[in-house]
Amino acid sequence: MSDVLLEVKDLKIEATAYPPGEPPQDITIVEGVSFAVDKGKVLGLIGESGAGKSTIGLSAMAYGRGGVRITGGEVMVNGRDILQIGSAGLRGLRGKEVTYVAQSAAAAFNPAKKLMEQVIEATLHHKLMTKEEAEARAISLFDQLGLPKPETIGNRYPHQVSGGQLQRVMTAMALCPKPDLVIFDEPTTALDVTTQIDVLAAIKKAIRDTGVSALYITHDLAVVAQIADDIMVLQSGQMVEYGTTDHIINSPTEEYTQALVSVRSVKHVEQTSGAPVLSVNGITARYKGTKFDVLKDVTVDLPEGQTLAIVGESGSGKSTLARVITGLLPPSDGEILFDGRTLAPDFEKRTRDDLREIQMIYQMADTAMNPRQTIGTIIGRPLEFYFGLRGAEKRKRVQELLDDIEMGEGFIDRYPAELSGGQKQRVCIARALAAKPRMIICDEVTSALDPLVAAGILKLLLNLQKRENVAYLFITHDLATVRAIADSIAVMYQGRVVRYGNKTEVLSPPFDDYTDLLLSSVPEMELGWLERTIANRKMEAAGN
Amino acid sequence: MMRIPFAAMLGLFFTGVYFFMAIFAGWIAPYGMAEVVGDSWEPWSWAHPLGTDSIGRDLLSRMIWGGQTTIFVATMGTILSFTLGSVLGFIAAVRGGWIDQLLSRLVDLMMSIPSLISALVVLSVMPVTLPILIIVMGVLDATRVFRLSRAVAVDITVMDYVEAARLRGEKQLWIIFREILPNALSPLIAEMGLRFIFMVLFISTLSFLGLGVQPPMADWGGIVKENKDAIVYGVPAALVPAFAIASLAISVNLVADWVLNRTTSLKGGRG
Repeated sequence: MSDVLLEVKDLKIEATAYPPGEPPQDITIVEGVSFAVDKGKVLGLIGESGAGKSTIGLSAMAYGRGGVRITGGEVMVNGRDILQIGSAGLRGLRGKEVTYVAQSAAAAFNPAKKLMEQVIEATLHHKLMTKEEAEARAISLFDQLGLPKPETIGNRYPHQVSGGQLQRVMTAMALCPKPDLVIFDEPTTALDVTTQIDVLAAIKKAIRDTGVSALYITHDLAVVAQIADDIMVLQSGQMVEYGTTDHIINSPTEEYTQALVSVRSVKHVEQTSGAPVLSVNGITARYKGTKFDVLKDVTVDLPEGQTLAIVGESGSGKSTLARVITGLLPPSDGEILFDGRTLAPDFEKRTRDDLREIQMIYQMADTAMNPRQTIGTIIGRPLEFYFGLRGAEKRKRVQELLDDIEMGEGFIDRYPAELSGGQKQRVCIARALAAKPRMIICDEVTSALDPLVAAGILKLLLNLQKRENVAYLFITHDLATVRAIADSIAVMYQGRVVRYGNKTEVLSPPFDDYTDLLLSSVPEMELGWLERTIANRKMEAAGN
Repeated sequence: MMRIPFAAMLGLFFTGVYFFMAIFAGWIAPYGMAEVVGDSWEPWSWAHPLGTDSIGRDLLSRMIWGGQTTIFVATMGTILSFTLGSVLGFIAAVRGGWIDQLLSRLVDLMMSIPSLISALVVLSVMPVTLPILIIVMGVLDATRVFRLSRAVAVDITVMDYVEAARLRGEKQLWIIFREILPNALSPLIAEMGLRFIFMVLFISTLSFLGLGVQPPMADWGGIVKENKDAIVYGVPAALVPAFAIASLAISVNLVADWVLNRTTSLKGGRG
């Protein structure tokens, strides 16, 4: 027997679409995809959303999610075609030979059961071990995965552990039945960058220790470069490039792969600070009915026509800062100065002109636009509201704005649902620009977008900044984005600004502890980064 | 060109027929509303296609005139309950705070008493005229509409586009009518079909109990009441209005279902 564990040949996957008012039609989601995974190896599946990477991953357990059907090709696991073994055969395969780690561990666990019960459930179901053996194995896996108190953590409920720990518990669950293959479906995507590195290291170690094979699905090339032996790049259900990790990262041949590798190449030369258009002075804020200060004495300046990036992990208070600046959450202490004058703390008390000067772009463009309004109405409303434009004049200006965001003719009468994710975000940018603001708050505007699309949005924002001289307050957790567009940076941690200054200043040593942790946790697109970083941290810890 | 499914077509047809007869009752009805034209409970004949009622009035004419009253009262009641309920519901959702508390608790209070009982109590001390009937029914039913529209609007007010509109400085009314209403429309329209039917049943019940439309005016519930004794003699006069109520209810629901299906699939709006 060869050492090939999983072999997929000429996979074809279809689904049925139901366009309104038309007869249902079959659409091909994946076609002509072939790959093989050797025992103990990891294959990374990478692509943008809709590339079919999860669908392909799940085909390794012959599963089609949401009406998706595998209609062609072969999926050989341990030498037999699992598409032909019937449902009884599949029941013996799933959870025994092939297991699965989902993206959102919080949603995948049953909140009413203890962790241990869920971790060993599949193992017991398949009668692979006795309960005592399974529990012992789970505890040793918890230990391998670096979970605190491995003996007792299984007695907790899912809400009693953190997101990063839960993801590791799910990895333990997948590894418990001693499977031959584990499918990791974006296991670190929902985690903060400082947590991601720990989970990634734990998963890598567990894979190496147990000798299991894995399919690792992600959209982040830098992440997959740390963990995979081979990488397959996918685009709209087709294989683009397939090779060793070294080949894909260091010498990609296909244009699309090259674009993915160099996606973080948006560059912006830092400007020295000028007169501030917005000053945040000693802001302390808490949400109504709570006794906890979400922001503590925050002071930052946003210079005219420049970009201030607010960086931090979730819960650091960066979005709350945006709510305070816009006036949605009046602060309990401190003041906001715009152009040298104090802004009313509550937006309802601000003048129409004050409201016009500060615009906002949201993370989820989907929910930031009224689905029942056309693009023309969405962009036209600020024109009408602030400048009294009507009729043909308004339409002409809307079209100019659409040209500015590189969308051109033919979009004005469409509805948001008819646009792609990147186009939606562009429309939101146009709506903000329509008000001719002096500053725009960008709240994680690229987080929900695929890397190539996000790069396009960043370039657009930079171009518009040069032309319109608008200042950005850029809220993000992604340091690569910050490097690309910021002039100055404020690092936030637990409601405080822990580091603040020009970009080069903030990003050069000496670092404070938190900034160091944050910066070193961002995956770099090179082989061996993970090991190096973990080793460095161990050395530092030993040194202390 | 959109295709109308068969069920909706059927519903549209019967709803159309009922409304047509109601609107043009004066031209269609062969006899006057309270005109006595024969003996009581005459069998079906060419002169009186549905026979005559308890005191010898032409039942077909009574049905047509009665349909006019029933449909008029139900329609006006529905319009009143929707205007009142949805506007108050939206205001409660958009404003929140004590306004929301006050309105919601008031509605809870009203809903804690069965609406038929409150209607009977109010109507027994008030003069029973059509406007009073409509107001009583509309206000009582507005509580249900309030609940629904508030629940739907609360979901919508937390959307970023509503926040964006507020930050733009838009007035409450603009937010309610331009941002929230279009997105709340599909559940409200479905509810409207259902509410209309409940209105028909409500007015029919009241009339049957004698506190609704007062004789000699006709309405379907009243016709059932007047002719209920006929069932003992095997005369189907009471079943005719009952059939009319049932078939109208089903027809309107078929139409409401179809409208709901259409509006939810419209340009990816919310479900």
